[in-house]
Amino acid sequence: MALMKRALVGFAAVLLLAPGVSIAGAAKPVITIENPGECIAPAEEMRRNHMEMLKHQRDRTMRQGIRGEKASLNECINCHASKTTGSVTGKGGFCESCHTYAAVNLECWDCHQPKAGKKHAEAAGVKP
Amino acid sequence: MNQPEDKSRRSFIGAAAVGVAGLGTIALAPGLHLVEVSQANPTSAPSQGASSKVRWGMLIDTTKCATGCDVCVKACATENGINETLKDARQGSQWIRKIDLKDPKADHMHSLPMMCQHCAEPPCVDVCPTGASFKRADGIVLVDRHTCIGCRYCMMACPYKARSFVHQPLTEQNPEVPRGLGCVESCTFCVHRVDKGMKPACVESCPEGALTFGDLNDKNSEIAQRIARESSTQVRADLKLNLGVRYQGI
Ligand code: HEC
Ligand code: HEC
Ligand code: HEC
Repeated sequence: MALMKRALVGFAAVLLLAPGVSIAGAAKPVITIENPGECIAPAEEMRRNHMEMLKHQRDRTMRQGIRGEKASLNECINCHASKTTGSVTGKGGFCESCHTYAAVNLECWDCHQPKAGKKHAEAAGVKP
Repeated sequence: MNQPEDKSRRSFIGAAAVGVAGLGTIALAPGLHLVEVSQANPTSAPSQGASSKVRWGMLIDTTKCATGCDVCVKACATENGINETLKDARQGSQWIRKIDLKDPKADHMHSLPMMCQHCAEPPCVDVCPTGASFKRADGIVLVDRHTCIGCRYCMMACPYKARSFVHQPLTEQNPEVPRGLGCVESCTFCVHRVDKGMKPACVESCPEGALTFGDLNDKNSEIAQRIARESSTQVRADLKLNLGVRYQGI
């Protein structure tokens, strides 16, 4: 099972690493960008490295109390949350649709609120 | 060493070393580049992080604390999203709770809030097998729930019963205060507020002004001046844990 999952993820990674190459007939994840503009890094880099960025940011904020940096999970959510559901999870949710496709299961949402928070947005000075 | 050793951190140190060497490049080798470098730029980081020059502390004047009043407890729950409907009422998280003390001889009632005392020598940190229980540079004792395995040794070790365990799935968290099933949690001194220069919710809510929050190391702060001039107590001072929370009137 674990092997199969890894193979699947590997397959997805190949797809993601070669955006120009499309395999005829292969269904693609539906990625909706709710707030057009720029991400914190170019899309290719985000696709490949967002997990590392988040992990790094997590330790800087949690352990060292450094806040307001680019790779904050709450900032991803504020930008990427769906305008209809307000969330990055659920069917068609920004993080979820891609992860379902790549067979990635995040436990982050056990604790982190996947909905863009009004309170948080105000505090951070970020328009949702 | 509080920082869990992982690849991204090592690469960050590597990147810092490159910066010091004055090479000023993000590329270490062809094809190998470090995304972390851009984030480590101090000018783009509004919050510099916890400093070891600071020691956050709280002074609680119990003579101002009214029996039956739980405004601070409610403010804590609102701020930190502790709002779950419990399957078992005994399992509720208590980041702060009110305790009534009675002197049976004098028939004198006394009320005070009890929470994590933010020890300088925290027993919870000593017993934690994963390094999840840790003390920040500025003295705030926290659970890094990314590394907490829910073993609850720290709950046993804490002399103040300050920690709780989350027994059920949660969905209505405050975005700024992630918390969830299977982890131990406790008062964070509202670290997300303190890092923005605000005071903990309990301190701001108290109608009697019984709670004072500030930097124990800053001789000019109200808390340091009062501790220097007035008498205050550390609960179970015999344990010599050097507490961040001090009480008056007990
Ligand atoms: C068991 C609870 C829990 C889980 C699961 C969890 N976190 Fe966290 N996370 C926290 C807490 C608590 C904080 C500290 C919040 C603070 O002090 O602001 C935090 C902070 C963070 C931060 C810094 C704050 C921010 O918004 O940028 C990042 C990044 C982060 N977590 C990423 C993750 C990722 C990625 C996952 C999943 C792989 C995850 N976390 C899973 C509890 C959790
Ligand atoms: C300021 C708003 C903003 C923030 C903050 C933000 N993003 Fe983005 N993100 C965007 C936009 C806009 C795009 C589309 C960019 C493009 O197509 O060139 C995007 C694209 C992406 C993509 C590529 C999607 C694809 O087309 O395959 C990923 C993955 C991604 N973001 C993840 C994240 C993560 C993870 C975070 C937090 C660490 C984050 N984003 C923070 C706005 C943001
Ligand atoms: C373009 C598709 C895509 C989008 C959009 C996307 N991810 Fe991912 N994510 C992936 C893939 C693929 C992996 C697995 C990579 C691997 O295992 O090597 C992954 C892995 C992760 C991991 C590591 C999981 C683990 O268990 O180690 C985290 C954390 C993560 N993503 C967070 C997010 C968040 C948060 C968002 C939304 C803001 C998001 N991702 C959006 C494709 C995406």
